[in-house]
Amino acid sequence: MWEQIQSNKKKSIFLVITMGIFLLIIGALFGEYYFGYDGFMIGASFAFIIFIILSLISYFAGDSILLSVSKAKEVTDKSVHPQLFNIVEEMKIAASLPVMPKIYIINEAAPNAFATGRNPNKSAVAVTSGLLARLNRDELQGVIAHEISHIINRDVLLMTIAGIMLGSIVFISEIFLRSQFRIGGSSKRYNSNSKSSGQGQLILIVVAIALAILAPILARLLYFAISRKREYLADASAVRLTRYPEGLASALEKISSTDLDLQSASKVTAPMYIVNPLKKKGMKLSNLTSTHPPISERVKILRSMMYGANYKDYEAAFQKATGKKSVIPPGVLKENVKAEIREAGAPILNLDPKSEKRNLGDLMMTMNNFLFIACACGLKLKIPPGFGTNKPEITCTKCGRKHEIKVTQSD
Amino acid sequence: MTAFIILLVIVVFVAIFFVSIYNSLVRLRNQVKNAWSQIDVQLKRRHDLIPNLIETVKGYMKHERETLENITNARSKAMGAGTVPEKAKAESELAGAISKFYVVVENYPDLKANQNFLALQEELTSTENKISFARQAYNDQVLFFNNKIEMFPSNIVAGMFNFKQESFFELEDKAERAVPKVSF
Repeated sequence: MWEQIQSNKKKSIFLVITMGIFLLIIGALFGEYYFGYDGFMIGASFAFIIFIILSLISYFAGDSILLSVSKAKEVTDKSVHPQLFNIVEEMKIAASLPVMPKIYIINEAAPNAFATGRNPNKSAVAVTSGLLARLNRDELQGVIAHEISHIINRDVLLMTIAGIMLGSIVFISEIFLRSQFRIGGSSKRYNSNSKSSGQGQLILIVVAIALAILAPILARLLYFAISRKREYLADASAVRLTRYPEGLASALEKISSTDLDLQSASKVTAPMYIVNPLKKKGMKLSNLTSTHPPISERVKILRSMMYGANYKDYEAAFQKATGKKSVIPPGVLKENVKAEIREAGAPILNLDPKSEKRNLGDLMMTMNNFLFIACACGLKLKIPPGFGTNKPEITCTKCGRKHEIKVTQSD
Repeated sequence: MTAFIILLVIVVFVAIFFVSIYNSLVRLRNQVKNAWSQIDVQLKRRHDLIPNLIETVKGYMKHERETLENITNARSKAMGAGTVPEKAKAESELAGAISKFYVVVENYPDLKANQNFLALQEELTSTENKISFARQAYNDQVLFFNNKIEMFPSNIVAGMFNFKQESFFELEDKAERAVPKVSF
């Protein structure tokens, strides 16, 4: 089944190769511009070297860089959130992953999630505290399934490569444009030295500048197109895993209903998340320039799935909901697995905002090494780390009972 | 001489071809076995959780002896089952007994507020899910394996080395599946 994702990979690899060629052409053209007719090799190799260096860095350290800029903390203690650990393991089993993905929590109120890792053997999922506080079991399962799907579909690797291509193109164009305006005098001198090719030089300058402006834009559009397609496919795979489209649909709705921005997200990391984390910061983005398909559309597709939960059913729902032609690659559609939609696992209960906030607060405190003691009078004592190092004892502020503080903090 | 070399090349190619088919069949069969062991791990986990559950709820549910006994009986029956169809049957009986128990729990608000019980319920729910996801993954693997055995040319190799089709892990309760889906 997952082997058939390969056919989709081919298409994406084609896109990435296109971008790569693009990068080489830009490098070559700029090289020629700077160093004359033999310069195109220098330029192309310069572009290639930049690309290789960035690729190596991201291949070996990409996930740790991403996790640390997103301020994600690894959680190894299941008692922090047993349900999250259980759900990740459920999805690991459903997707036949060889090892359990590492679990990270981002201590922020905005609900969001992302996955990272270059292959299924070395993967991680990160969720925010806000997500854990708001979603019920089925919804959280839908989100985790979506993230695990990114891992099994090898999207993380692909998006990283595509992102690096984009980065290199932007980088090279930027260097070119800046130097163009700063050392304009020197290039003029070069022109006057070779009067014979004056007109050719002029054309080259115009083409190079136009390319330097257009290339990053085109590369971005291509990158966004890949990103959007991957989101649809991950939604389809998630339903294929959980057999419960409503879970993901209602999770997406809940996530999009808040207008909190994720503080630790940036324009660069935005495509990695399950929904665009920058709602306020980002201007109203048109369809062409957004990294994610509109949530309303994703929800509509998921809700139109009533006959089954395999890729064919998603494809049918996609066509019905959007009127567009196709989203799932034909190779994947060939699989002949019957997947029936299951019943809701847990009752869909919507938490009232107050207990939602309390959940969130407790979880964030747990992440910050707070200690919780339930007093017999019904009060929950929340003890900050470092409290009671002299005298391991606390008096309940409501009833006056004394409690012992057991220091179990490891870090 | 040339004819001999050509013949040799053909023989070598055919041999490589057959060996690769054989290897992929073995790989698929191992994946099926691995998927099955995943189910086994989770079934065992469910069997281990049940005594804890009974212990926790016993004090609260003095009048529900029958429900609790049903679970215990179903558990020991499931633990004794041998073949795949037998196991499937016993396990779905156990799942049925547990879901009946959940219906009864609704009448005990004290129990529903017990932290120990809630933690156990989460573990049990998750184990239930893991079983059905493992079953899902197992059935997928069985489908690939059986397809490979039936399809040409791998069916020749499968016949030569006596690869047998594996059986699916189906749910017994067909009525449960017939429930119509309601769309929102």
